[in-house]
Parts: sequence; structure tokens; C-alpha cells
Amino acid sequence: MEFKFFYHFGKYVLMLKGMFTKPENIRMYWKEFMQQCNDIGVGSTGIVFIISLFMGGVTTLQTAYQLVSPIIPKATIAQVVRDTIILEFAPTLTCVILAGVVGSKIASELGNMRVSEQIDAQEIMGINTKGYLLAPKILAALLTIPCLVMIAGFLGIWGGKMAGQLAGIISSEEFTQGLRQEFKAYNVFFALSKSVTFAFIISSVPAYYGYNVQGGALEIGKAGTTAVVVSCVLILFADYALTAILL
Amino acid sequence: MIELLNIKKGFGDKEILKDVTATMAAGKINLIIGSSGSGKTVLMKCIVGLIEVDSGKVLYSGQDFTAMDNHQRKEIRKEIGMLFQGSALFDSMTVEQNVMFPLDMFSSERLRDKKKRVQEVLDRVNLNEAGKKFPAEISGGMKKRVGIARAIVLNPKYLFCDEPNSGLDPQTSLVIDKLIKELTVEYNITTVMNTHDMNTVMESGDHIVYMFEGKKQWEGNNEEIIFSKDKRLNDFIFASEFLQDAKEMRQMEVFKDKNWRDKLKASNDQLDADREEKR
Ligand SMILES: Nc1ncnc2c1ncn2[C@@H]1O[C@H](COP(=O)(O)OP(=O)(O)OP(=O)(O)O)[C@@H](O)[C@H]1O
Ligand SMILES: [Mg+2]
Repeated sequence: MEFKFFYHFGKYVLMLKGMFTKPENIRMYWKEFMQQCNDIGVGSTGIVFIISLFMGGVTTLQTAYQLVSPIIPKATIAQVVRDTIILEFAPTLTCVILAGVVGSKIASELGNMRVSEQIDAQEIMGINTKGYLLAPKILAALLTIPCLVMIAGFLGIWGGKMAGQLAGIISSEEFTQGLRQEFKAYNVFFALSKSVTFAFIISSVPAYYGYNVQGGALEIGKAGTTAVVVSCVLILFADYALTAILL
Repeated sequence: MIELLNIKKGFGDKEILKDVTATMAAGKINLIIGSSGSGKTVLMKCIVGLIEVDSGKVLYSGQDFTAMDNHQRKEIRKEIGMLFQGSALFDSMTVEQNVMFPLDMFSSERLRDKKKRVQEVLDRVNLNEAGKKFPAEISGGMKKRVGIARAIVLNPKYLFCDEPNSGLDPQTSLVIDKLIKELTVEYNITTVMNTHDMNTVMESGDHIVYMFEGKKQWEGNNEEIIFSKDKRLNDFIFASEFLQDAKEMRQMEVFKDKNWRDKLKASNDQLDADREEKR
């Protein structure tokens, strides 16, 4: 097990190192990057919208349920919702979901290209496939996923406000007032640091498993599953580590 | 010219290529033949560097390809076109985009010229009507032709074809063989082709390497192959009953002559001419 870990880790680092070469044609790389931004970023907005709205709503309801004491002002609910969403839910929950959506897509796309020899075909043409196929995906994830996390943050808080109003727990004014209490900009920085780290995991780990598939359709499926599981576990590890270091 | 010197390759503890030494003649069609699993694909992938050899050398016009780093290999690879056993078309792109891809990547020509070149090669493989289709929408034979078009679009010096006519009907298979043969002569390409199709062997085998269980068993051309005394090669080429007749035929007087092909053709032409006259 331990031996396998070092084997994969070494191979993974070598793969990342292999991405850094001069592009054969910068315009083609740019095109591929744009394509990936579209696939990874724009393609995931729908699911991010849905989960962040509900995540915000549920957070408000549960916080209200837990803070029943009459001496705590209602605005505190909004404050707790805001911090929970910014610190944890928007980055981590969104990225765990994206690990499933984006990760399996990257792994299966690359796996299919590997198995049907499309990667070999590009390699024969004299293209550095690590640079051309992997780097644009990773860069696109690094750019778009933090944006998605920010959107998730805004929508989550808005969803929380709506849910509070709908359930008659907290009025819109009280909620807004709570949002302004003791706001720390550092928390947003923390959330962005997390999302960049997670974005790197979500894109590079599935890329590793997809790029190195051996066999046929069955192995592509397996690679997708392994990629998502490993990414999720790594996200949770990284979440803990970053929280311990940065907060 | 491509020279293979003592190529060895194993996977795990299974030896696949056992000391293969051969020469691929420049400007000719070089065939690697052998039964399924004899290591043809592995050998071809070793030549182009998709699989690293365990030991031995591959020389392209005298340059040691196996000792090169990735950067130097890129230069050689720009002169290589390859058709894969499963065609390996990019399935997110149309036929035209597939053929355009190498141009987009490596050519600095204007778009109009690139489009013209794509049209040219698609015409060359008789596929101009399928340009807008996706690989999933075309037949196996068409895929192979697109694969060939993509391989030759940058005017390669070396063309590698892994079983260009496997899984095709005899007629389409002939069309592909003819196409590869014409291209080889037209552009003076050094072609290396894997096959177990005897038609191809007799039709295009300028130079033939016969592989048996990872070893080079025999080397020669299509004139010599049916006269070979090698037992294993004979078993391979005369495997079908139809060809058994050919085996007996070669005992006949006509075939003892070195120029039997020309003679046979001449006598056939004579027959045709006679028939014409009678009409
Ligand atoms: N990546 C690999 N790992 C392990 N063994 C392999 C690998 N690739 C090929 N082999 C083995 O090498 C042997 C030769 O395979 P190869 O694909 O070269 O056969 P082939 O002559 O091309 O056959 P066919 O005519 O069916 O295409 C087979 O026994 C195969 O199992
Ligand atoms: Mg093969």
C-alpha cells in the first residue's frame, strides 16, 4: 500500500513536470484552454446554482433551530450563516460536488483518448500531450473553479436570506444587518486559497488517472471512480490542513 | 532508411521482442507480417518510440532515435505519419477538423491554404463528401482512409500503417492497399506496414519481414516469398486451402523462371488482345 502510494505520487509529480515545455503552437493551446474553461466552468454553473441555493437555505434553517435562546439577537443567525458558507460550505461542499462532475469528466475524456490511441496519435505528430491535453485543463480549473466558489458564496447567502424570510424566522433587514456584523475580509481570502487548492486537486488527480488508463472501457470506468474518490479524500485532507494552518 | 538493431522488449517477465534486427528500405513499402500476437504492433510502436525498447537501437537515416531526448524526437516525429490499428481519430472533431489538426498545430500557412490542402488530401483518399461528418458517423473503411489522410497531410517522409485493411471487406481492402502503394511512390515515402493479409503481401511487399513469436524468422520480398523453404513461413503464407494450390503451382515450370510475374502478365495481355481481335 505504502509502496503503491510512492509509486503513484512519483509518477504524478513526473506528469506535472512533463507539462512544462514550450507549446508547439500557442494559438492551439489557447483554443484548448478556452474550450476547457467553457467545459469546466460554464458547464458546471447549473449544478453550482442549485446546490448553493439549497445549501444556504438549509444552513439558515438549521442555525435558527440551534440558536433558540431569546438573549441572542436574530441578526446573529445571519452572521453565523455568512461565516459558515464563506469558510466551509461554498469552497468545500462545492468542490466535493465538482470533483464528481468535473473529475469524472476529465478522467473519462482522457481515458477514452488513451484507450482509443488518440493520445498516441498526437504524440506521433510531435505534440507534447501532457502539455497540450493536461495543462489547459488544470489552468482552466484554477481559473474557473474559484469563480464558481465565489458565485456559490453569494448565492448561498442569498438563498439563506430567502429561506429565512419564507420560513418567517428572520426578516430581510435583520439578515442584512447580521451580514455586516464583524465581517472579516480575511475569510474571503481563506475561501479563495482553499478553492484554488481544491481546483488543482480536482483537475490534476483525475487527469493523472485518465491519462494513465491501460486496457479498455471497463478500466476507463474504474479510473473515473478512483479519480473521484481520491480527489474527494484529498480535498478533505487539504481542507483540514489549510484550516489548521491559515485560521 | 530505418534500421533496427537488436531490438528487445518485454512486458513484466514476458519477452515479446527477442532480438529483432532488420532494415526498412527507403521509398519502399516494407511489410511486417506474422500471425496474431507475434509482436507486430509492439515492434512498430518501438520503432516510432511509443514504447521504449529495453535494449537495441532504432536508426532513422543513421540517427539514433532511441538515444534522443523528447525535444530531438519531436523533430523526427514531424516527418512521421501513422495510421493506427483502430484509426485513432479524434472523436470530438469532424473528418475535416481531424485532417486539419496537424496543419493547425504545425503549419504557419494561411487558413485558406490549409483548407485547400485538407480538400486535396481528402480528394486523394476519395472522401470529399464526408468532410462534415464525425468519426462515429462513418464506416470502418472510411475511418481508415481519414486516418491515412491525416497521416499524409504534412507530407511525411515515413508512413507507418498498423493493419490498414484488417476488418475490411476484400474490395475496400484492395482500395486501401492501392492507395498506400500509390502514395508511397508518389511522394517517395518510406512506408512500414503491419499486415496478415496475403493479398497485401503479394501486391505491395517490396520488402517483407516475417515475425514469429517475437523473432525475425525471414526477410525478403514478394518475389522470393512463395519460393521460400522456411517451414514456418510456408505454414503462414499457405494457411488457406486456396493457397495450398498455389504451393503446388510453384512446382510448375512457369514459376521456376525469375520473371514469372512479367511473363504471366504478358501472356494474359496476349489472351485479352486475341479476344478483342476475335470480336
Ligand atoms: N502493453 C502491453 N503490456 C503487456 N503485454 C503486451 C502489451 N502490448 C502487447 N502485449 C503482448 O505482446 C504480444 C504481441 O502483441 P502485438 O499487439 O504486437 O501483436 P500483433 O502481432 O500486433 O497481433 P495482431 O495481428 O492481433 O494485431 C501479445 O502477446 C500481447 O499480449
Ligand atoms: Mg497488431
